[in-house]
Amino acid sequence: MDIDKKIVADFVNNDIELVTTVPCKQLAGVIDEIDACKDIYHIPSNKEDEGIGICAGAFMGGKRSAIIMQNTAIGVTVNTLVTLTQFYRMPLPMLISYRGELKEPVACQVEMAVHTKALLNQLHIPTYHFHQQSDAEELDTILKYTFMCNKPVAILTDATFWGGYGDQ
Amino acid sequence: MIRSEVLKELVPVISDQLVVCNIGLPSQELHMLDDQPTNFYMLGTMGLSSSIGLGVALAQDKKVISIDGDGSVLTNFGTLPTIANNVADNFILLIIDNGSYGSTGDQPTYAGKKTSLAAVAKACGCETVIECQAEDCTDVMREAIASDKMTIIVCKCKSGNIKVPVITKDPVVIRDRFMTAIREANT
Repeated sequence: MDIDKKIVADFVNNDIELVTTVPCKQLAGVIDEIDACKDIYHIPSNKEDEGIGICAGAFMGGKRSAIIMQNTAIGVTVNTLVTLTQFYRMPLPMLISYRGELKEPVACQVEMAVHTKALLNQLHIPTYHFHQQSDAEELDTILKYTFMCNKPVAILTDATFWGGYGDQ
Repeated sequence: MIRSEVLKELVPVISDQLVVCNIGLPSQELHMLDDQPTNFYMLGTMGLSSSIGLGVALAQDKKVISIDGDGSVLTNFGTLPTIANNVADNFILLIIDNGSYGSTGDQPTYAGKKTSLAAVAKACGCETVIECQAEDCTDVMREAIASDKMTIIVCKCKSGNIKVPVITKDPVVIRDRFMTAIREANT
């Protein structure tokens, strides 16, 4: 199965009904799939902390939610993750494109990449790193784990996972 | 009127509604005036009251009122286009606009100067935007609740604070009883 379709199918099978997204080139395919999925309400956000707020509200309203964003967002959302998602103990799957890893063509992306895992570790956020598409076989289990423990959980997906950057 | 007086007059109208209340003094004032399981108090995360409220509104059918401030909306300006483009007719955003960052010592905001939040909300695509004076806020809210139309209310009031105790309730308790109240409201 196409990886974008597999990710969305796992979301649907775990009763995720609202997904907010902030785009990244690598996430374009999965965002298209989310948008086309009739079982998921797709709500694009202008900034990732706004999206995490929407997810928190949806969770309290009775709908499981998730956010799709780039790893630069970890720098943007530390306060929200700590004082909203973690403080109130809410589940939040975060599917994250891990820019700045191997095959990255843009040097500036590396600057945030080197801090990404350290920040997630500092925040005590369970973190999984998908490097090969076969790693996504764990996604279903990771989603179940997230809703079991009521925590934000990060799924980092690097360029190798997504098949590189084309001709860049 | 200052914000706490606006909230005091609003209580009879919003007491049985789902309310997401802004961080700092607004939550502390509402908590002191009328603590209800239907109130979600933000203890941190400035700026996200409208985003959280929109999320609750999109996830279930009951009316949701987000109480926000001018400073907080300025912090999270991206919320207004998101609200405008994801219409939830069970959502009311009340921006209590006192032209200042009340919880941090009444430093002036740009909303108290040249910037009109009502004009910004309209420019973002919000269809029902009502700017009112503090004295009229309760009537405007009553009408908004009855209208079943997504409404943005910008309530202009004076800056100033009263002494209120901090909220010592555990955040998980606040969240859990709010979720229980939502479930009960929807059954």
